[in-house]
Amino acid sequence: MSSVECKVVIGLEIHVQLLTKTKMFCGCALEFAGEPNSRVCPVCLGLPGSLPVMNRKAFELSVMAGLALNCKIANFTKWDRKSYYYPDLPKNYQISQYDLPFSEHGFIEIPVNSGDAKRIRITRAHLEEDAGKNVHTAGNFSQVDLNRAGTPLLEIVTEPDMNSGSEVRALAIELQRIVQYLGVSEASMQKGQMRFEPNVNLHIIKDGKEYKTPITEVKNLNSFRALEESVNYEHSRQLEEFLATGKTMEMGNKSTRGWDADRGVTVLQREKEEAHDYRYFPDPDLLPVKLTDEWIEDMRSKLCELPLQKQFRYVKEFKLSEYDAGVLTAERAVAELFEGAVEQGGEPKRVCNIISQAGLKLANEAGRSMAELNIDAEGVAAIAKMVEANEINAGAAGAILAEMTKTDKSAKAIAEELNLIQKSDASELEGLVDAVIAENPQAVDDVKSGGKKSKAARGFLMGKVMQKAKGQANPKIVSQILAKKFG
Amino acid sequence: MSDELLSLSCRKLTELIRRGEVSSRKAVEAVFSSIEKTEPVVGAYLSTFIDESLERADEIDSKIAAGKKVGKLAGLPIAVKDNMCTTFGATTCGSKILENFHAPYNAAVIERLLAEDAVIVGKLNMDEFAMGSSTENSGLKKTVNPWDVNRVPGGSSGGSAAAVASGMCMAALGSDTGGSIRQPASFCGVVGLKPTYGRVSRYGLVAYGSSLDQIGPLTRDVADAGLMMNVIAGHDDNDSTSVNEKIAPVPDYLENIEKGIEGLTIGVAPQFHAGADVEVLSAIEDAIEVYKGLGAKVVEIDMPHIDYSVAAYYVIATAEASSNLARFDGVHYGHRTAKPEDYIEVYSKSRAEAFGTEVKRRIMLGTYALSSGYYDAYYLKALKVRSLIRSDFTGAFEKCDCIMTPVSPTTAFKIGENIDDPLKMYLSDIYTIGVNLAGIPGISIPCGFDGNDLPVGLQILTPAFTESKLLRIARMFESCTEFHKRRPQKV
Amino acid sequence: MAQKIDIDQVRKVANLSRLDLSSEQLTEFAGQLSSILEYVEKMNELDTDGVEPLAHCLEVSNCFREDIAKESLGTDKTLSNAPEQDGQFFIVPKILDESNAS
Ligand SMILES: [Zn+2]
Repeated sequence: MSSVECKVVIGLEIHVQLLTKTKMFCGCALEFAGEPNSRVCPVCLGLPGSLPVMNRKAFELSVMAGLALNCKIANFTKWDRKSYYYPDLPKNYQISQYDLPFSEHGFIEIPVNSGDAKRIRITRAHLEEDAGKNVHTAGNFSQVDLNRAGTPLLEIVTEPDMNSGSEVRALAIELQRIVQYLGVSEASMQKGQMRFEPNVNLHIIKDGKEYKTPITEVKNLNSFRALEESVNYEHSRQLEEFLATGKTMEMGNKSTRGWDADRGVTVLQREKEEAHDYRYFPDPDLLPVKLTDEWIEDMRSKLCELPLQKQFRYVKEFKLSEYDAGVLTAERAVAELFEGAVEQGGEPKRVCNIISQAGLKLANEAGRSMAELNIDAEGVAAIAKMVEANEINAGAAGAILAEMTKTDKSAKAIAEELNLIQKSDASELEGLVDAVIAENPQAVDDVKSGGKKSKAARGFLMGKVMQKAKGQANPKIVSQILAKKFG
Repeated sequence: MSDELLSLSCRKLTELIRRGEVSSRKAVEAVFSSIEKTEPVVGAYLSTFIDESLERADEIDSKIAAGKKVGKLAGLPIAVKDNMCTTFGATTCGSKILENFHAPYNAAVIERLLAEDAVIVGKLNMDEFAMGSSTENSGLKKTVNPWDVNRVPGGSSGGSAAAVASGMCMAALGSDTGGSIRQPASFCGVVGLKPTYGRVSRYGLVAYGSSLDQIGPLTRDVADAGLMMNVIAGHDDNDSTSVNEKIAPVPDYLENIEKGIEGLTIGVAPQFHAGADVEVLSAIEDAIEVYKGLGAKVVEIDMPHIDYSVAAYYVIATAEASSNLARFDGVHYGHRTAKPEDYIEVYSKSRAEAFGTEVKRRIMLGTYALSSGYYDAYYLKALKVRSLIRSDFTGAFEKCDCIMTPVSPTTAFKIGENIDDPLKMYLSDIYTIGVNLAGIPGISIPCGFDGNDLPVGLQILTPAFTESKLLRIARMFESCTEFHKRRPQKV
Repeated sequence: MAQKIDIDQVRKVANLSRLDLSSEQLTEFAGQLSSILEYVEKMNELDTDGVEPLAHCLEVSNCFREDIAKESLGTDKTLSNAPEQDGQFFIVPKILDESNAS
């Protein structure tokens, strides 16, 4: 029996749709869905005589993303035409960036087991325009819709630095958080605003010799789950294939496979990487872009703290768990709410609980994001402080938060209105305790007996007091009074 | 009466129209009666819009009657080369592939003409996709030279030059990628101006070589070219390569046009005279003598890289064209083959059926120059040679105000004479092509006739964005010669 | 003398150019393109080491538009020149090799 060691190696090609109002080179509005071919103009229809003009916002957003990915931003960048014929590409060339992309040589850090970060190198990131869509319905024809044609895309290429499906997934989630934080993209995989194409192969050591299996590019991945599963699937498929055939990587034997989510397998789409001849050359219709260092620094100053840095900081600075920190930093608005509430004096763990339990539950129920819930940091801090001061019990936070989404009243006012303020006045509570003692002689005896019934009887009395106070008694103080009574 | 109207300059005619002394309708009717008479022989037009033109003329006339302000081209019957998109009529580029193409938008220059109250009477024949020097490559029509119907009008703006020369419009727009305005202007004895690259918007001009193409006027005299420039020059937000007016302000091209240039220095380069016919050369030399008589000084300049301009041009222009013309594929517009087996055949058969031979040849050449393994040897090399050619001009303009050359080595050649030898045809562009590679302006003005009574054109070149000076220099010659007043009598 | 570009290369270029050419045309183009290319190689007489390629005569850069929506053509006008359409989409013969896209 021979020994086989196997490592899976994955690099990613990623397309991120930029969050602009209009297309890359024309004024057509970008909206999801819409009547087929309704958002098309002479430019994105590729009509003769039409000319492209760059969208400033698209350029700024992509530079921000490049900076967030620690890339070197070029001082000179230009546009190239990439030629291939396809019905969803009206000019039969795509405006893209070939030898002088606007950014190169970056990295992204992804969280791996227990608080560590792994650095994945970014080869390059460039801007390009998306194609339209070919729709294959029944019949012997295909339909072409150009609404998507000309949408600004950021293409990010990573080095093959990932070694498991879970790392690929972690990178995808991390990248999504980053671009969403920066407002660069909505980055929904389901809507196709963020598309991942992993390039997967195996490095195998068999009997002391290293082999590399042919690279597979996987397409049709529209969820994080599909991304992870497809990589894992390729891992085992390629190992099996290697053991059966011994096939290794050569020039040109890269294949393309599509993910079949229903069956959980990849299906061969194209056997060999065809010798594409894209005939790249500088687009004469567009001027180059020159970026000054000042402008780049100005862009850099617009960056915010990135989610993973935030996550690590929350663990260190606020002593939150890894999990809690992850929940709070998943969305920028949530993290900002948390930080705002802490700044206004909310105890971090308390604020975290209010947001991550009550808050996110409310958001889920409403089918909205936290940002859309009309909850501000001041309100969250006020609730946290009331819990901390025993003015309300922790369970009341949810009810107050829910009310806050509907009114502009203060936390205190809501708590009073809903009768959630706990009775902490010792003399008032003592009266209640005395009444309960008088009404329940049996239980009092049980407590005093000190026997095994004593603990249960004490709890029974406690419950009776709470009942009399209609749930608004501060349990800590009641318990203190009871202790005093029975010594 | 109508012939009289048509012999006026654009400036004079629009002035009479504006003053209400002549109606725009009269001018338009005169042009259409000339078209009726001459077009069957010359064949300059691919489409004409008589009803729409008369309607528009009436609108302008009533604006004038009502005392409203009218534009710089008020009421003038003008025609445009059929590679400029118009929402009226078809935009064919002289190609079968666009025979039925109706643009849903107007080119920037069309909008500018209309905004200045011009009447666009029709669209003019051209070499298919502006690829050619004789208009013989039109896929739709044959155009002849009004001076000799057995000869070509030049190209690719052959329809524009022939129509202006034969009085079938008051002025026309053409486009120039390697001489396509200047050479037909020279062959037909009219004025043709190629502005600086970036001076006139290319938005809506069907692209041939995007880094070389430029729209310009063809007119009967130099000042009319200035009038047209006053309308078409300027920045356009839809064309990234149209220059910001803060960088290059647009002057009034008519303002100093009669002033001439004191102490003019003319550059003459031996490389620009090599290979030209004796009669052409002698007309150019005579013209330079006229300038000397006006006080100009002549200096010899060296243009060592001009000899390589045809080589560089035919790589760069065809490379860009191969990409620009990829969109004509039978999917979204234009000709589609009748029964495609699959979608690949939609491309390959539609294109093979509808493109003419010269277009195919240039697409093939350009594709080859960009293809993997050849890019550096051809395309990149050509861009470097282009750099050297531009330096030649930059260096030359340090020694002179303008350069004077023939427009073409010959006068109008016979129909069919060069059609079988593409290389020979390409080489006839030798004097005009460098100008496009360098991006500078150039003008062709009538400067004499050969023994066959065919017009000879003088080419004058000045530095980028100095069209105003270029027009003044051209006008110096015109104001003391009569060549521009001669009209062809043979049609 | 051997031609600069042979018939197989011409066929490959025709395929890249999506031009369905007859064998006569391929032969004719092989000859013509060869002589044009031979002429073009005249450029090799020039030493261009260290010369910056000039893709554009304009010495300007950074032409941007603001991210403001303009009116689109709408479906009817978009499809108005289409050789085949169904009122909503452009129609082409069925595309079987979806993965042939970039
Ligand atoms: Zn558009």
